[in-house]
Amino acid sequence: MTLRLGILYDRAKWEEKALKREAERRGVEVRMLNVLNTVMDVSDGSGFTEDVYVQRSLSFFKGLYSTAVLEHHGKRVINSYKTSVTCGNKLLTTLALMESEVPTPRTLVAFSEESALRAVEELGYPAILKPIHGSWGRLVAFLKDPSSAKAVIESRMFLHPIHRVFYIQEYVERPPRDIRSFVVGDRVVAAIYRIAPEREWRTNVMRGGSIEVCPITEELRELSLKAAEAVGGGVLGVDIMEGNDGLTVHEVNHVPGFAHTVMATKVNIPGLIVEYAVESAKR
Amino acid sequence: MGKAVECPECLAQFEVPDDVVVGEVVECPDCGVELEVYEIGDEGVKVRVAVVEEEDWGE
Repeated sequence: MTLRLGILYDRAKWEEKALKREAERRGVEVRMLNVLNTVMDVSDGSGFTEDVYVQRSLSFFKGLYSTAVLEHHGKRVINSYKTSVTCGNKLLTTLALMESEVPTPRTLVAFSEESALRAVEELGYPAILKPIHGSWGRLVAFLKDPSSAKAVIESRMFLHPIHRVFYIQEYVERPPRDIRSFVVGDRVVAAIYRIAPEREWRTNVMRGGSIEVCPITEELRELSLKAAEAVGGGVLGVDIMEGNDGLTVHEVNHVPGFAHTVMATKVNIPGLIVEYAVESAKR
Repeated sequence: MGKAVECPECLAQFEVPDDVVVGEVVECPDCGVELEVYEIGDEGVKVRVAVVEEEDWGE
């Protein structure tokens, strides 16, 4: 019997089309499901008859809740709700990494303007303020000194209340790059350096960062797998910094973009994801 | 052979590949604006100006 795969998405980028192509190449029947055009019957879950789903929505909340509905009706979704809810929240990620004793930067959390300023003072300057939800480096701020900290924290008071959960992290001295490693199940399949562009400290490719192939050392492999397992496992992009005290994990991404990595490393990441999904469906 | 679309910004007529899917972003060759394909049906391919980034978008 032909295995059937559903790809949930909201914007069809290179990644989603590559997943479709690689699935078809392997004789898997694929249905592209744009969550924006889909009505989900929460009560009976009808209309979702595929054996396994790959969740690729760019929108964190749309992806999370469409996954929740499918899982409730017994469908296997990659990644799982548990993995997605943890990775989509930096605070929950930090807690999960610590629970599994994965090295991660020291983090404080505060819930008011005054407490946030106290937290920064306690960590020392510079420090990093991140929204607990969010990606691509959006609103991630480098707090250089007390006046910049005050200005940035004050500005957050005028945003959605979620931005008044102040997630403040120590600044880790590192080269102007970090490592993104790609975990598919129990394998580290590729790794790249993300290099910060000029006049920018953030390394996000979406902020103009460039990439280079990173060798997968035993240390990197072990740490990546441990971090992936800590957040619930699946198909993950683990972000790692090369600090003075060794490698440290600051984030794990549950819908990792991989177009640039495939070009640079020549590793067929979409093919490996499809194979992992097929294996998961059989279990 | 591609499918015909009209840019809602500059009204240029151009073609998108036959295998285009809903949710894909195409660039208008005339004015360069990014357009999202939001419907493919009997009336052809419909596009609208693509949202650049929403607050909960990411990886």
